[in-house]
Amino acid sequence: MEGFCCCNKKSFYSFKPRLLSLNLKISGNSKLIFALVVFLTMGFFLISTVEANEFENTLKDLGNKSRSKIKLAVKALGNMGNPAAIPVMEALKEKRLRISDNDSLIILNEAKDKGYDALTGQPVELGSLNLRKPRINNAVRRLLSTAIGKLKLFSDDPEIRLSAARDLLKRSSNNLVELIEKALKKETEDEIRNLFLLVLAKEGLNSDDKSKRLQSIKTITTLGNNDFKTILEEVLEKNEEDEFLEKDSEIRDAASNAIAKIEKRQFVKNQAANLFYGLSLGSILLLAALGLAITFGLMGVINMAHGEMLMLGAYLTFVVQNLFKEYLPGYFELYLIAAIPVSFLGSALVGIILERGIIRHLYGRPLETLLATWGISLILIQTIRLVFGAQNVEVANPSYLSGGVEVMNGIVFPYSRIAIIIFVVGVVISIWMLLQKTSLGLQVRAVTQNREMASCMGISTYKVDMYTFGLGSGVAGLGGLALSQIGNVGPELGQLYIVDSFMVVVLGGVGNIAGTVAGALSLGIFNKFLEPVAGAVLGKIIVLVLIIVVIQKRPQGLFSLKGRMVDN
Amino acid sequence: MSLLKSQRGASKITFKSIILALVLFIFTVQAQAAETIKVGILHSLSGTMAISETSLKDVALMAIEEINAKGGVLGKKLEPVVVDPASNWPLFAEKARELIEKQKVAVTFGCWTSVSRKSVLPVFEELNGLLFYPVQYEGEESSYNVFYTGAAPNQQAIPAVEYLMSEDGGGAKRFVLLGTDYVYPRTTNKILNYFLKSKGINKKDIMEAYTPFGHSDYQTIVADIKKFAAGKPTAVISTINGDSNVPFYKELANQGLKAEDIPVVAFSVGEEELRGIDTKPLVGHLAAWNYFMSIENSENKAFIKKWNAYVNKKKLPGGSKRVTNDPMEATYIGIKMWAQAAEQAGTTNVDAVRQAIGGQTVKSPSGFEITMDAKNHHLHKPVVIGEIQEDGQFEVVWKTKGPIRAEAWSPFIPDSAKKVADWTYPWVCGNCKKGKF
Repeated sequence: MEGFCCCNKKSFYSFKPRLLSLNLKISGNSKLIFALVVFLTMGFFLISTVEANEFENTLKDLGNKSRSKIKLAVKALGNMGNPAAIPVMEALKEKRLRISDNDSLIILNEAKDKGYDALTGQPVELGSLNLRKPRINNAVRRLLSTAIGKLKLFSDDPEIRLSAARDLLKRSSNNLVELIEKALKKETEDEIRNLFLLVLAKEGLNSDDKSKRLQSIKTITTLGNNDFKTILEEVLEKNEEDEFLEKDSEIRDAASNAIAKIEKRQFVKNQAANLFYGLSLGSILLLAALGLAITFGLMGVINMAHGEMLMLGAYLTFVVQNLFKEYLPGYFELYLIAAIPVSFLGSALVGIILERGIIRHLYGRPLETLLATWGISLILIQTIRLVFGAQNVEVANPSYLSGGVEVMNGIVFPYSRIAIIIFVVGVVISIWMLLQKTSLGLQVRAVTQNREMASCMGISTYKVDMYTFGLGSGVAGLGGLALSQIGNVGPELGQLYIVDSFMVVVLGGVGNIAGTVAGALSLGIFNKFLEPVAGAVLGKIIVLVLIIVVIQKRPQGLFSLKGRMVDN
Repeated sequence: MSLLKSQRGASKITFKSIILALVLFIFTVQAQAAETIKVGILHSLSGTMAISETSLKDVALMAIEEINAKGGVLGKKLEPVVVDPASNWPLFAEKARELIEKQKVAVTFGCWTSVSRKSVLPVFEELNGLLFYPVQYEGEESSYNVFYTGAAPNQQAIPAVEYLMSEDGGGAKRFVLLGTDYVYPRTTNKILNYFLKSKGINKKDIMEAYTPFGHSDYQTIVADIKKFAAGKPTAVISTINGDSNVPFYKELANQGLKAEDIPVVAFSVGEEELRGIDTKPLVGHLAAWNYFMSIENSENKAFIKKWNAYVNKKKLPGGSKRVTNDPMEATYIGIKMWAQAAEQAGTTNVDAVRQAIGGQTVKSPSGFEITMDAKNHHLHKPVVIGEIQEDGQFEVVWKTKGPIRAEAWSPFIPDSAKKVADWTYPWVCGNCKKGKF
């Protein structure tokens, strides 16, 4: 790399395409070079030109039509150590790289409406160009990640170095060892150093030298996480004749010792992860069931159309999203927040219409209510099918809900799930406040406890019924909004959740919001601790059996109001 | 009271008139029947499978219209008889019986799920009907009365796994077989288990997991895949049923598993399923089929053009967003092939047409000349593996040089390895080890 001269080491790694472009412009222009050659020392610039030309040509190969040429180019760029290749390679990986008719590389921005020339850094007019996409596949992407990681290893920014080290750990291979050793010598950050040590240990396991293998296992014992278990298990593998592949018993002992240590260290983490998964599943069940806890739990309406209220909420979210896409593309990311009141009010309105139009005529006749609401659910499904089509519709996650945060080594909590947990806490608190602290809540509680008495006290029970049903439907709409972020939005969305919702409400105890919360969370957490042991299918069966047992032992549900209710 | 009576009177009149209209209608239909050939279309237009099957009904009607525009078959127009089995498996059998016995259709195009096919199979065999089944399936079946225009496992699953094991596909050494808990994933994974064993993959390098229908919580499974994938290159083979795919892919993306690290190859995710999905988190994941809408050749261009024109003409829901996919192509090939065979046989008699279908070829939108195998009633099909793109289309990353012959009975399952599927006259053997006369 000595020949690539014009930059000193520091600026060399600071990723300014300018520097490169300047350099390449010089080298690209042979006349200028000729003049320079005359005026300056000859050899110096010749080397630079050759190197730069090689770099430039390799870079251009990234846009080659043949995938194997692209692969060679990526490998070569990774070894050349010129960080100027990073933006081009990243663009290729993210499919933002284009090739124009005269074979120059053009990098597009995220929105793909602007672009600049990869070599000169000059902005280009996209409209006039006939652009070709390079064809890449996962094999190319893997090579790109390795190459980019290699180049970023010497960046000045520790964050970049950290992510590069993580990437390389995933794809470690023998020919990385030298580079990593070099980087390790320079590295000051402990976290990155540990990752480097792990890469070396991973490769060291294959070494012929016994002490090196032992040393590697030692490193893994202290630093490794779950991901290393499989590697260590390989050390303990047997061949077909039941002989250990690893002949040395000392190494085998060290490896099994390491596995035990890692398992011990990971145990708490795994349980914490299971707890989070359970909370997250529980919060989704809770959102789906909260509306029902009000319409069924408080009002006693066996509301089979509850699932469709969820579905309506999800579709309203979809509509709001499309309106934002159409009229406020600049604020698109905020559509989800705007959808909160819309899905609540929209579903509440439909709920109120249903209550006024149909359900109020059926109070006290549970069987007829069941049939009528089931009919309503079919009507709603078919209506949605006619309006939006039978296909699922696309509800995109806003960028702030995509991806996740790595809380512990190897365990990721997705943002969308964290957001749903926070959201459900908010919804539960609001409902609780509404029921406990407002006069409407007082009336609702009065009517659910003793309708006649409440009516005698001057409470307009039909109004209370209307509001309560509206509230339940609106909350279901909010549930639909949340569900749109983690799953499909289609006409049959509600059908998936109706059974679960009834399960949660009945398990928790009818007529009791706190019971629903407890029911949902315990179901979710129980399910998630069971799933790793029993598998998803068997897990679900076990949960259902246990619910039957619980309901038999406690027909009133886990939690119930005792004695105060007047049953009629 | 009097109001009620008059209402009842009115309803009686309307009832009578409806009956009259119905009778008239039946008469006209029967009068027409003399000059047309009836073709049954047995796809769910309501219920859970409506999402996938409606397009097949549409493309079948398009193909029939196209054939009619060219003069029909044997000088007669084809008359489609569309029935809706409503995603209800026993209803499939009833509707199939109705099509053959009452409507006397010459041939039926239909079914999507394996369970619906299994439900109509005895009906077609009992009444000697003719069914064209257009969807990739698990194999291990061969019927005298069914022609399979979708892929058998060796035309989809096996090549996909071979691709994943190749250098280009990532050189996978570990496999996660993930599916919804029903017959197709279970059988496919059984075949794949035997296949992987034959390729020297250890049992502990295979993780098999099933989820119930409509499962939407993939946190634990994705975390397990992540743990399982550490250390060795791993690929996921997904036979997850339609709707559960979105939560699965979303979870993958959210937990940071990228296609370049752990590619997922899906056997039941196509263009139609990707419609209405935010495909950004899916980019780079794979699907294996015999046809993609993005395949470039003149035949496919014409097919897509016809489809778009048909969608516009009939103002089908979805409009310009409608796509073509593999089962649609298979339906289209099936209808063309049947029409050719009927012309050649000179009759629509089931036995005559059956003999004529074997060996028929059709230039298909996949870019190849597709042949129907006379012996096992399956098509010879090319295999293409595509990567999901941001626009919901696939980019082909691998394909076979030409069409591959289907293996109705998998040679990898010891029980079925010796079974023969051979319907060439005078053999009659679909599920036996030796042919019978």
